[in-house]
Amino acid sequence: MKALLIARRELAGYLRTLSGYIIIAAILALNGLFFNAFALGKAAERSATVLSNFFYYSSGFTIVASVFISMRLLAEERQAGTLSLLYSSPLKDRDIILGKYLAGLAFLAVYLVCTLYMPLLIMVNGKVSAGHIFAGYLGLLLLGSASLAVGTFGSALARNQVMAAILTAVMLVALILSWLVARIAEQPLANVFSALSLWNQHFPPFQAGLVHVRDVAYYLLLTYVALFAATRVLEARRWR
Amino acid sequence: MIQVEGLTKYYGEHAAIRDLAFTINKGEVIGFLGLNGAGKSTTLKILGCVLLPTSGRVVIDGYDALRDPHEVRKRIGFLPDTPPLYDEMTVGEYLAFVAQLREVPASEARARVLEAEEKTGLREVDGALISTLSHGYRQRVGVAQALVHRPAFLILDEPTSGLDPAQIRGMRELIRGLKGTHTVLVSSHILPEISETCDRLVIIHGGQLVAQGAEEELARKLGGGSIEVEVRGEKEKAVAALSGVGPVSVAFEDGGVLGLRVEASPELRPRVAQAVVGAGLELLRLDRGAQRLESIFLRLTQAGGSASPEVLS
Repeated sequence: MKALLIARRELAGYLRTLSGYIIIAAILALNGLFFNAFALGKAAERSATVLSNFFYYSSGFTIVASVFISMRLLAEERQAGTLSLLYSSPLKDRDIILGKYLAGLAFLAVYLVCTLYMPLLIMVNGKVSAGHIFAGYLGLLLLGSASLAVGTFGSALARNQVMAAILTAVMLVALILSWLVARIAEQPLANVFSALSLWNQHFPPFQAGLVHVRDVAYYLLLTYVALFAATRVLEARRWR
Repeated sequence: MIQVEGLTKYYGEHAAIRDLAFTINKGEVIGFLGLNGAGKSTTLKILGCVLLPTSGRVVIDGYDALRDPHEVRKRIGFLPDTPPLYDEMTVGEYLAFVAQLREVPASEARARVLEAEEKTGLREVDGALISTLSHGYRQRVGVAQALVHRPAFLILDEPTSGLDPAQIRGMRELIRGLKGTHTVLVSSHILPEISETCDRLVIIHGGQLVAQGAEEELARKLGGGSIEVEVRGEKEKAVAALSGVGPVSVAFEDGGVLGLRVEASPELRPRVAQAVVGAGLELLRLDRGAQRLESIFLRLTQAGGSASPEVLS
């Protein structure tokens, strides 16, 4: 499987360069800080509320992590001229995209595993169900997957990593803010914009420990569409 | 065998190459020449399956590069103008990765890597990180990645660019060593390089083919090249006698010895000898002019690509 070969090389690239560690370390530090300062809160709260707060803040950091993890995926290959190696090898463009995305997802999973200590602390000191933690992490992984896919698309479009990060951030913010559009739009468009929003309607159930098929489907569909678009961009690049 | 037919590539309104057609036979080493911006890299990228042509066909071993890109890519090794290297990998890891990418079974990959390293003189840097390598080594790793899967057809875009003279000689020997087992298409600015390593030349200018054939053949058809003569005798007499053969210029004058350069095909050397002897001069040396290829190349590319049609045959 060529995609796995590419994913393995890409993942090794993250782990061997400093940038991967810096991204994880910086976002972990901020995530921990927010957990301590805001999620735990000042007054005594129910453990489930604290856990929900943790997932609330973590969802934001997951999106940020996705932007930074995905920015190098294709833009760097283009910058370094290594894309022509992949282009001239017998593999499909979708394998390139899939491999890159899977490497990003694996690296994001490493980040998410590193955050596990926070819910475990809540579990030890309070009372929360493993199901709630599982649901929250599933949500984070799905949200991250969709963000990474959008990031892969942005990285395929951009000439360099900085541009890739900016493009991705703009697309993700637009997706997140589509609920604002929903508020001023009329029905039935309002429902469409609301359902399109990356966070507003789809993440809170996970945060509360609920897994709905429609939310899972939304994130998977967004992942697919973004990766499909990235593949088309890669194909179109062969023309110029 | 590689067939290129009617290859055209537009970048927006600008045609990088137009209606390019040539054939390369198995085992040949072809030199691909052109000035900067002539469309060399574009052509090589199309042959390397990195870029798609606007129109035209590339057929490699019977497979069409547009319809069966997979089959074609299995048969080619491509070194772009900048070697496509991953800095954070070691040479051995990188080559093994490329080998597997090009469908060498994982169990065989290591053996192929060692083989490629042997050919390109990279054995001693197998464990070195690519980011720590010098320019010459990076270029060699670039060649190694192009041949690690034993492709039938190698495309090398300026393999000697930025190398020092010793490294250039190494690269020349490397390319010569590939002759017979691989079909090689190599582009270069360094004309003596091409002259020494290649069986045949393909010269493009302004995106169009201006000539192809062996160097000798081109020189003959163009009537190009020059003849160097050394004589003892009067300058005026010598110039007058030789101007019957072609335009004459005086290269040097040293005591009674006169060095002359006649702009004419080296095939006309007997006539030069006759003219010199007939004028009662002493003939000291008679030779084909050096840098023949340079004069062919400049003639073809500076005339604005309007070469006589028979050269195109």
